[in-house]
Amino acid sequence: MCLKQVPTREWQPRIDETRRAVREQDASFEMNEPDAYALEEALRLREKHGGEVIVCTAGPARASQVLREALARGADRAIHVEDDRLSSADAFVVAGALADAVREEKFDLVLTGLQSDDQGAAQTGVILAERLGLPHATIVMEVQVQEPSVRVKRELEGGWFQWVQMPLPALLTIQSGINQLRYATLKGIMAAKKKEIRKVTPAALPTAQISTISLDVPRKTKQTHMIAGSPAEAAKGLVQKLRDEARVIG
Amino acid sequence: MILVVAEQRNGMLHRASWEAVAAAQELAGDQALDALVLGANPAAAAAELSEAAVGAVHVIDLPLLEPYTPDGYVAALEQAIAALKPTHVLLPHTYRTRDFAPTLAARLGCGLVTDCVGIKNGDTSTFLRPVYQGKLIAEVAVEGECPHLISMQIGAYRGDSAKRGAAPAPVKAVAVSLDAASIRQKPEEPFQEAKQAVDLSKAERIVAVGRGIKAQEHIALAEKLAAALGAQLAASRPICDSGWLPMERQVGSSGQTVAPKLYVALGISGAIQHVVGMKGARTIVAINKDADAPIFEIADYGIVGDLFAIVPAMIAELEKA
Repeated sequence: MCLKQVPTREWQPRIDETRRAVREQDASFEMNEPDAYALEEALRLREKHGGEVIVCTAGPARASQVLREALARGADRAIHVEDDRLSSADAFVVAGALADAVREEKFDLVLTGLQSDDQGAAQTGVILAERLGLPHATIVMEVQVQEPSVRVKRELEGGWFQWVQMPLPALLTIQSGINQLRYATLKGIMAAKKKEIRKVTPAALPTAQISTISLDVPRKTKQTHMIAGSPAEAAKGLVQKLRDEARVIG
Repeated sequence: MILVVAEQRNGMLHRASWEAVAAAQELAGDQALDALVLGANPAAAAAELSEAAVGAVHVIDLPLLEPYTPDGYVAALEQAIAALKPTHVLLPHTYRTRDFAPTLAARLGCGLVTDCVGIKNGDTSTFLRPVYQGKLIAEVAVEGECPHLISMQIGAYRGDSAKRGAAPAPVKAVAVSLDAASIRQKPEEPFQEAKQAVDLSKAERIVAVGRGIKAQEHIALAEKLAAALGAQLAASRPICDSGWLPMERQVGSSGQTVAPKLYVALGISGAIQHVVGMKGARTIVAINKDADAPIFEIADYGIVGDLFAIVPAMIAELEKA
């Protein structure tokens, strides 16, 4: 299964002097949330069907932290496609680098989160499927392995779902909330220290398709009336506005 | 030529298709713009689409495109794009587009920019898209020559602002061949999990809770505020994922779309997956401890502070009258 290290959700990104990137030195990092659900699903499938869970990431040296975390939660071994340029690479580059590094593993099933919390392109998993020649399904909420195929529940829009069957090997992008996450135990953390993280240095990276011209803070589309004061004052001010100005309460 | 690919199901256009047409018209300027729709007998959708001010509506009509599969769509669109040779292909950023467009881009060897909220026209057009959970906006360019694929965030453009033509655009068939054996996904019928007992779309007022509510026992506080306002209780996805409120109370792309008179967002950061479901509300109130939360960008009234102090004060204030 493939996962990504991203800045924590609480971090307020600051733009650096190039205006094309964020000040990463200020950030702390964590496992991308949808990837955490994908990892959990992989661990559950192993408990049910046996086999091995191999976690992969493509990123700079710091990304090995999320592999260690995944090993502590129960993954068997890890592959780190390591290159500093991968920290800001587009989905084509990341998927290409991952595909080259893992092709020989001949996985039965590849899981990824449906998108990353930082770039949010929602492309890497799907492109990886194409690069590995695998059928895929996205936004998956349930996985039933029925060899030689897999049947998955896909989320559609507006509360609709659909079951889709496809032959194995296949790639699935997993939606947050598919399961309840487990956290690493002390025993898991100790065991992880003995597990292998294989580093792969890509000889060449694919050509980037997308380039960032600049970053900016979003411009407000609406005039927001900010109400200041103590909680009691702010609450009073708000209720008054809702009554007299917006007229949305009686 | 710029090509906009509409989404349809059973001959009905997805509402985001008109939004993509509006975006494509802005991108095209004086350049030629055509539309395309695909499916098994999508004639009704093609007829609706032909009302747009576009040069032509291209139709791929193949039984194998129903039900939708990524393999079928990618194979069909790859052939249509090879025949029509557009410079840009615009799509609505729906769940379906998310499912097939990256494969299409990879197969064509072209760049895809997803979830765009704006277009900057110039010698080469660039695109604006949210990053870092909507906390920043990136302006990005697509490298390389072949068609650039762009998917537009739902709600970023207004569908009713799409220009209509003086006369219906000509509808043209595109010749595409598909091999049933090449479609690896076998979909079953779409279904809804349970009858939606709560129809939030008809609620006049909604109090919605997000991650900031922190624990299940605090839901009761939001419930009290909802009662005091005469509002329905709703939630963002993480709350329903945690089982603190049932899925039927979820607002957002995977839940319900609402447009109440009043929407009070408690501890909701304003991730786009949530915002697409509620930005149609007339008056939006945001209460959040994080002054940088994107929810404040769309709020009419905002309070930065501790919701556990502010909400009880609001309830007291409402009960006074």
